Amino acid sequence: MNDQKTGRQVALWWIVGAAVVVYALFPVAWIVSLSFKSAADLSNQQFLPTTFVWSNYEDILVGDAQDLFLSALRNSIGICLIATFIAVLLSTFCAYAIARLDFPGKRVILTTALAVAIFPVISIVTPLFNLWRNIGLYDTWPGVIIPYLSLTLPISIWTLSAFFRQIPWELEQAAQVDGATTWQAFRRVIVPLATPGVFTTAIISFFIAWNDFVYGISLTSTEAARPVPAALAFFTGASQFEQPAGGIAAAAVIVTIPVVILVLLFQRRIVSGLTQGAVKG
Amino acid sequence: MAAITMKNIVKQYGDGFPAVNDVSLDIADGEFMILVGPSGCGKSTLLRMIVGLEDITSGDMLIGDERVNEKAPRDRNLSMVFQNYALYPHLTVFENIAFPLRLHKVSDTQVKERVQKAAALLELTEHLDRKPANLSGGQRQRVAMGRAIVREAQAFLFDEPLSNLDAKLRGQMRTEISRLQKRLGITTVYVTHDQVEAMTLGDRVAVLRKGVLQQVASPRTLYEEPVNLFVAGFIGSPPMNFIPAAVADGELRTPFGPMRLPQTRSVDLSGREMVLVGARPEAFEDAAVVSDTVRDHGMTFDANVDVIEWLGNEQYAYVPYEAPDDIRKRLAELERELDSEAMRTQLVVSLDATSRLAEGSAAPLWLDLRTVHIFDPASGDNLTVSPTRGVEAPARQSGQSTADRGSEAGASDEDSRPQTPQAGAGEGTASG
Ligand SMILES: Nc1ncnc2c1ncn2[C@@H]1O[C@H](COP(=O)(O)OP(=O)(O)O)[C@@H](O)[C@H]1O
Ligand SMILES: [Mg+2]
Repeated sequence: MNDQKTGRQVALWWIVGAAVVVYALFPVAWIVSLSFKSAADLSNQQFLPTTFVWSNYEDILVGDAQDLFLSALRNSIGICLIATFIAVLLSTFCAYAIARLDFPGKRVILTTALAVAIFPVISIVTPLFNLWRNIGLYDTWPGVIIPYLSLTLPISIWTLSAFFRQIPWELEQAAQVDGATTWQAFRRVIVPLATPGVFTTAIISFFIAWNDFVYGISLTSTEAARPVPAALAFFTGASQFEQPAGGIAAAAVIVTIPVVILVLLFQRRIVSGLTQGAVKG
Repeated sequence: MAAITMKNIVKQYGDGFPAVNDVSLDIADGEFMILVGPSGCGKSTLLRMIVGLEDITSGDMLIGDERVNEKAPRDRNLSMVFQNYALYPHLTVFENIAFPLRLHKVSDTQVKERVQKAAALLELTEHLDRKPANLSGGQRQRVAMGRAIVREAQAFLFDEPLSNLDAKLRGQMRTEISRLQKRLGITTVYVTHDQVEAMTLGDRVAVLRKGVLQQVASPRTLYEEPVNLFVAGFIGSPPMNFIPAAVADGELRTPFGPMRLPQTRSVDLSGREMVLVGARPEAFEDAAVVSDTVRDHGMTFDANVDVIEWLGNEQYAYVPYEAPDDIRKRLAELERELDSEAMRTQLVVSLDATSRLAEGSAAPLWLDLRTVHIFDPASGDNLTVSPTRGVEAPARQSGQSTADRGSEAGASDEDSRPQTPQAGAGEGTASG
């Protein structure tokens, strides 16, 4: 960073930064505000509710919408954790091979991963729907986890292999000269260096799975496997004249919380600067 | 502590390229051995074969009296300082130094004591709690050294440990390493491409060229009796001048006039048309300041002094000259191989600081013929040095031979030098 910024430059950065923050956070603030509005308040054409009510939260957590939301929440957490775990495990092996070994087809793997990542989800969802119905995966956890892997694996492979390439592998040899076995060198030197990268990857792929809507709504039909983003579409108001917006907003706030917690929790671990200093600065 | 013995070591990489070719080298217990050569000549490869990070294609590697070819690095008990230090970024300085001890299950109190001792030796005590990322280059270098000396290894291996430091720090650390090795007395193999390090640090220096060992000798022998053009050109800064000379009637015709070699330097020139005369810059002198007693030992010639660089304690004069095309080509080739940038068809002459030669003037220069070398331009062999000089025995001879030379310098120049000096004996070079 350039230490000698003029006052005007600093001010400009603050203004631009504030604009970005407002732009990004305004919808979130709106949803939060919406979740505290009573049904009558929903279209009051004000940003803030006239009276703060908890009824929306009560509704989805202990009230009528409880079944729909809580089962969806359980599905989402379970499916996303499993999909993330599998993706990180597989991509760790894959990225290790890509970073460390020289084998034919290395580029093909990376290119394929990229191709899969940019492949439009919507175009395979219909065939997948038919296939899943025929082989009995429709509306099951594996039926959602497998397509989620197609979202999380490519990005994991890319992030991790980029990260692994930066690890100073010479350290492994240094450790061996210092008296370590291959396993000790891996455990005591490489694993601590690789962990931040693996964490980052896990968090990214968890979010990708967590945010999916298309697979969630197309490949499930009941609360057996339906994740939260899909379930939100099935919310109904207390009567047919009431809009479900309040309940949806409350559910949205609740599903945003794990994301925020995750980021705050692992913010420090996602420090890419950890590997600096191994080699000459 | 142990001796390291290499017998006909060969290393071929996957593509069949022999990075190290038939190297045999004995490193005595406690000896400081330098491996030197231009970049890409196989120094690191050889070092990594000693430590066990690189498989040996053929040949025997002995540490102590034990063959270690098939041993894993951790079973060889050697410690190594890598070129970029290879510090563990997630560990503190203390834990970095303690790392080898932790692997050997040394007790906590022992670890503490030994790390403290190493840190004190290297002046790292106040940095023990910091991470490598927050240290300066020199401090990181010392941490790497600390990690190497903290355990009782059989030998130290260094791979260009100072090349990442700036010039001033490099000088300091060089002295530091030298002091440390003398104090600990541990066998050391030190790779460098810096000839100042090569000349000042080692008991003996091994010069490598394209994976082949050229000469193993004390720095002084290397300087005074290089076995071939490559060694002669590599050792010394500014480098040795190579002057083309045509052979005619037992006389050498150089661009600076005829040259009649003294008895001690005479070589068999029969059957040769062209040779290269190698003369160190300091073999030249401003003819005006040469005393009459030594004037007869050299030749005096008129030279066009092109440029003069005055450095306070000495000065360098540059004298361009014409050389035949094939010789010019050969010299350019040598230059490329040596990674040097010196223009070879000019003389670099070291003059006494008091000399008042003016730039762009013609001046009489004097060349001391007692120290010149005659090289075969095709093979590069030094004809004035016996081929047996190639590998000098490992012995604690650096001290002894310096003493020999001291007395010789006193007895000085009239001593006729044996035509073929015996290998191993304190080498007798009559030089000023
Ligand atoms: N892993 C490798 N595979 C193939 N060739 C290599 C490898 N490592 C080094 N070499 C080659 O071996 C030669 C010697 O390399 P090295 O020992 O690193 O030289 P130095 O340390 O003297 O600069 C070089 O020509 C280099 O290209
Ligand atoms: Mg090297």
